[in-house]
Amino acid sequence: MTTQTKVGHLKAEGLRMSYQRKGREPDVVLEDCSLDVEPGKLTVVMGASGCGKSTLAYNLAGYLKPDAGRMTLDGESITGPGSDRVLVFQETALWPWMSVNDNVMFGPVARGEMSDAEARQAALKLLERFGLRDFRDKYPGQLSGGMQRRAEIAQALINKPRVMIMDEPFRGLDEMTRELMQEYYMKLFEETGLTTLFITSELEEAIFLADRILFMGDTPGRIVRTIDVDLPHPRTFEVLDSPEYLALKREAMAQLYVGVEGLEELA
Amino acid sequence: MSAVEQDVKTIPPAGRATGRTLRPRRLARFVPGWRGTLSVVAFFVLWDLLVRWELGGFAHISSPLAVATAFVEGYLTSADYWMSWWASFQRVLYGFVAAQLLGIPLGLLLGTRPLLNGLFYPVIELLRPIPPLAWVPLSILFWPTTELSIIFITFIGAFFIIVINVHDSVRSIKKEHLWLAQSMGASPLLIFRRIIIPSVIPSIAVGMTLGIAVTWNVVIAAEMIASDSGLGRLTWEGYVSSTGPVVIIGMISIGLAGYLSTLVVDIVEKKMMPWRKGH
Repeated sequence: MTTQTKVGHLKAEGLRMSYQRKGREPDVVLEDCSLDVEPGKLTVVMGASGCGKSTLAYNLAGYLKPDAGRMTLDGESITGPGSDRVLVFQETALWPWMSVNDNVMFGPVARGEMSDAEARQAALKLLERFGLRDFRDKYPGQLSGGMQRRAEIAQALINKPRVMIMDEPFRGLDEMTRELMQEYYMKLFEETGLTTLFITSELEEAIFLADRILFMGDTPGRIVRTIDVDLPHPRTFEVLDSPEYLALKREAMAQLYVGVEGLEELA
Repeated sequence: MSAVEQDVKTIPPAGRATGRTLRPRRLARFVPGWRGTLSVVAFFVLWDLLVRWELGGFAHISSPLAVATAFVEGYLTSADYWMSWWASFQRVLYGFVAAQLLGIPLGLLLGTRPLLNGLFYPVIELLRPIPPLAWVPLSILFWPTTELSIIFITFIGAFFIIVINVHDSVRSIKKEHLWLAQSMGASPLLIFRRIIIPSVIPSIAVGMTLGIAVTWNVVIAAEMIASDSGLGRLTWEGYVSSTGPVVIIGMISIGLAGYLSTLVVDIVEKKMMPWRKGH
């Protein structure tokens, strides 16, 4: 696939998001949270569990409405869910009652952009590419974890999104499958130049995938630091042995442990 | 790409493997091992001995042999006996089906429409704790025929169960499943048809399983109280006319009828959820 024109400029400015709780102070999850996803790049949001990463993703996808702040995609305001920014969820969100093929072809048919036959054809092409052709009539529950994730990526790609939002998509996979999926997504990204916002809490995954890492601080969540990752493309796991990788890792670790008490004594 | 393809090839298709192991297990339920056989034989021997010795209340109970003889001689080929089956089955069927037909849409409405939920759900909560049999007198007063009143009570037995099951399950649909469809630009109607309805099917199945059991309970009691036909009536008449074997023939028939209904419901449920086959 040739490199597309660079679209997918996802931007958020001053997001504030809180959950109301009965009889208590509202729980502020995001406060003054801003980010800028460069088109054609793979931007990783890295942060500890519970820092509001998923909330940020749900806002950008249009599932939740922020209390304050502004979000745009290629200059247009984000007001609700749309097929221009498909989110791949943490745990599998494939619909268990539909075959893999029906899951993948759902989007274009739902929007009336393709006939059933056209969508089936398009889905088949994607499934073939993702090594799932023989599994197209299976139900998601009959697939392995890694296959489910690939089906979900196919289900998102068929909509030709301008930006992919991946919310810890490989969490819960065993280590080997996880590494395969990272490699797999990296190849897909290098082939298509699909703008991606990738959320993770794993440092190694972050550095391996990222062109840029945004570190998210917690209570309330916001982006506190940006590190550019200049590791070369095409990227393979060999990069993990390079001195550049180790330097990045050290820099990132220092960032992650800022303010953790007792660390100075340990060091 | 190559590494991932390998991952695909090493994973066997799940459906076939599980399909094969299912059969022997299902057979095993019908063919008991030596422990099972022993326990059943011991049960009948003990029953027979207790009746022979006229121990306590057993003085008034028929022996297994008396029951079997009475069944073969007076019931197996008797049209009246089979009409009792038919009468009870009809009541269960009408009440059960009506409960599904009204209860499922109502549960969906109450689960998806906050306004309707606010207006009507409190009434459901209010009526639900009343046991179906407590409705018997009111039902007889209300409906013009006994038949209708029994069907109504049967209906009540399954109705609240299904409404509440469907309602709760609509409210606990995974939000990711709805969000994903919204991202894809699906209309509310399409989301209802292809996401909400299938999400609720497992709960409908649970409601059916619970409902069919309750329905049989209710129909038997209602027949004993108010009807002149059906398996419940047959059993009760056995008692009233002091014909011991009939009481037990009735009990066994009711047990068998309930069991057969459950089998049918099981088959219907499996057809409703083809994606659950391998689990």
